[in-house]
Amino acid sequence: MTSTLQISRLTKRFDTVEALGDVSLALEQGKRVALLGHNGAGKSTMMKIVLGLIPFDSGSVSVCGAAPGSAEARAQVAYLPENASFHPALTGEEQIRYYLALRGQDPKLAMGLLEKVGLAHAARRRIGGYSKGMRQRVGLAQTLIGRPRLLVLDEPTSGLDPVSRRDFYDLLDGLAAAGTAILLSSHVLTEVEARTDRIVILSGGRLVAEGTLAALRGQAALPVVVLITPAAGEEAAIAQAFPEAVCTGDGRLRLSCEQARKLPLLSQIAALGAQVADLDVIPPSLEDIYSHFSRRDGQ
Amino acid sequence: MNRVLATALCEFRVAFRNRWVVIATAMMALFALVLAAAGAAPTGDIGVDRLSVVVASLTSLSVYLVPLLALLMSFDAVAGEVERGTLPLLLTYPVSRFQILLGKLLAHIAILGLATGLGYGLAALAAILADRGALAGLPSLWRLVWSSVLLGATFLGTGYALSALARRTSSAAGLAIGLWLVVVVLYDLALLALIVSDAGGPLTTRVLPVALLSNPADAFRIFNLSAAEAVAAAGGIGGAAAAIPLWQSAASILLWPAAALSLAWAAFRKVTP
Ligand SMILES: Nc1ncnc2c1ncn2[C@@H]1O[C@H](COP(=O)(O)OP(=O)(O)O)[C@@H](O)[C@H]1O
Ligand SMILES: [Mg+2]
Repeated sequence: MTSTLQISRLTKRFDTVEALGDVSLALEQGKRVALLGHNGAGKSTMMKIVLGLIPFDSGSVSVCGAAPGSAEARAQVAYLPENASFHPALTGEEQIRYYLALRGQDPKLAMGLLEKVGLAHAARRRIGGYSKGMRQRVGLAQTLIGRPRLLVLDEPTSGLDPVSRRDFYDLLDGLAAAGTAILLSSHVLTEVEARTDRIVILSGGRLVAEGTLAALRGQAALPVVVLITPAAGEEAAIAQAFPEAVCTGDGRLRLSCEQARKLPLLSQIAALGAQVADLDVIPPSLEDIYSHFSRRDGQ
Repeated sequence: MNRVLATALCEFRVAFRNRWVVIATAMMALFALVLAAAGAAPTGDIGVDRLSVVVASLTSLSVYLVPLLALLMSFDAVAGEVERGTLPLLLTYPVSRFQILLGKLLAHIAILGLATGLGYGLAALAAILADRGALAGLPSLWRLVWSSVLLGATFLGTGYALSALARRTSSAAGLAIGLWLVVVVLYDLALLALIVSDAGGPLTTRVLPVALLSNPADAFRIFNLSAAEAVAAAGGIGGAAAAIPLWQSAASILLWPAAALSLAWAAFRKVTP
């Protein structure tokens, strides 16, 4: 099966800045890929190249089997720009009706789309009076027009409150299940964690890591943190058993261990029996993994 | 075609909300009525109907007003989209840049058509009410309307080109006003200076006709005046214009809109969002 989006050895320079260097990426239908990276890592640049908005220097990009920006590609790709903006004098409904017409669809579908993103109540008001979150919803509504094969979403959840974010990812799940490939960038790592199939980390224009969260976790081999709550009166005994442990302020003991040593350590703790009141195992967070990879190549 | 019409509808709506439709129409109507009132006073007997006289003065008005309105409506067309940040998204849609320009042009032409049609119509009505004989001037009124729309299209296209070249609305506005001053005001002053200094020499007979035809505003004036055979009465540059055959000025006002739109397209294609 061919990929919906195929990028290989893509390089793009802006005068002195190398925005993207030798980036390769494939996105199959129905998959959701999250693009992570600091500001200026090259996420938006990559998306604009995929959409054919800006040219690139070397490498190749194929979108639904066509050149980026070609009429064939544009007919099958939907985009949500970073900080989506629209004409302030138009109402949300008029704006969506226009976009529907441009995609050769029936403008009457506009209300239904606005309902899907929870904006039906403001559909007849001018966009000039919308909040950032409402504009973002107009942007989302227009990406739902006509079953695109590829969705490119640049920081789609910025400006949305947590509940709307969940609704938004539910919407994406539905689209992905129907076969749409989704490329999105985000700053909110926890939401990406649960709701995407793969993560790609860009740093200084280079692709520094790619894979499922579990795979990246293994690759990074970051230490696991174990928190032990001693039973009453057993603090000293436990501190003695684990001399490397650090006391946390709340009377617990904090141990850091490599992935490979995790199970032996746990059985050692279990052997202490009633001396231990409680135990927490904290895997490295996505933030830790993210910093690990995006720092490695240096910035 | 649907995409062009959808773009036109959207632009028309925006222009309407921004009061451009009202401003353009009111301005044309006001000036036209003032001219009609002035023309209605002491016509004397100069052998032409009252409406033809009104058309002649409307022509002089349109030479200034139509390009100005067109440039004011168009300078924002591309630069505004760039500044608002709406251009990148629009360009990812299956619509070509040419179709976008054509849609905007259609909407703006409709507004200009409405404004001139209504303004001239009012003036004509006033003339006809005062004198039934004025009906004889209707063909020249009709000619004035459609040639005004073509003149407007030329300056709309040029405005889009400036807008795409400038990429910022503030500098696009400056360029538009500058262009209006040069093409509509200074150009004629320079030609007048030429006539005076040359005193009927070879420059006046050979260079002047070409200079007049290559300026869309002058071509518009000559076309309407010579078609109405009122050139001689217009004096000044009009005298030299009498030597220019009607088909030449007609060709100029027909070719200019296409040239301006091509220019706009070429400039818009160079814009990277
Ligand atoms: N139009 C441009 N001209 C010059 N440099 C640019 C332009 N767009 C982006 N860059 C540079 O390219 C790099 C990547 O930017 P961008 O893709 O916007 O990053 P991100 O979206 O990951 O925050 C940055 O260093 C930025 O300054
Ligand atoms: Mg960005």
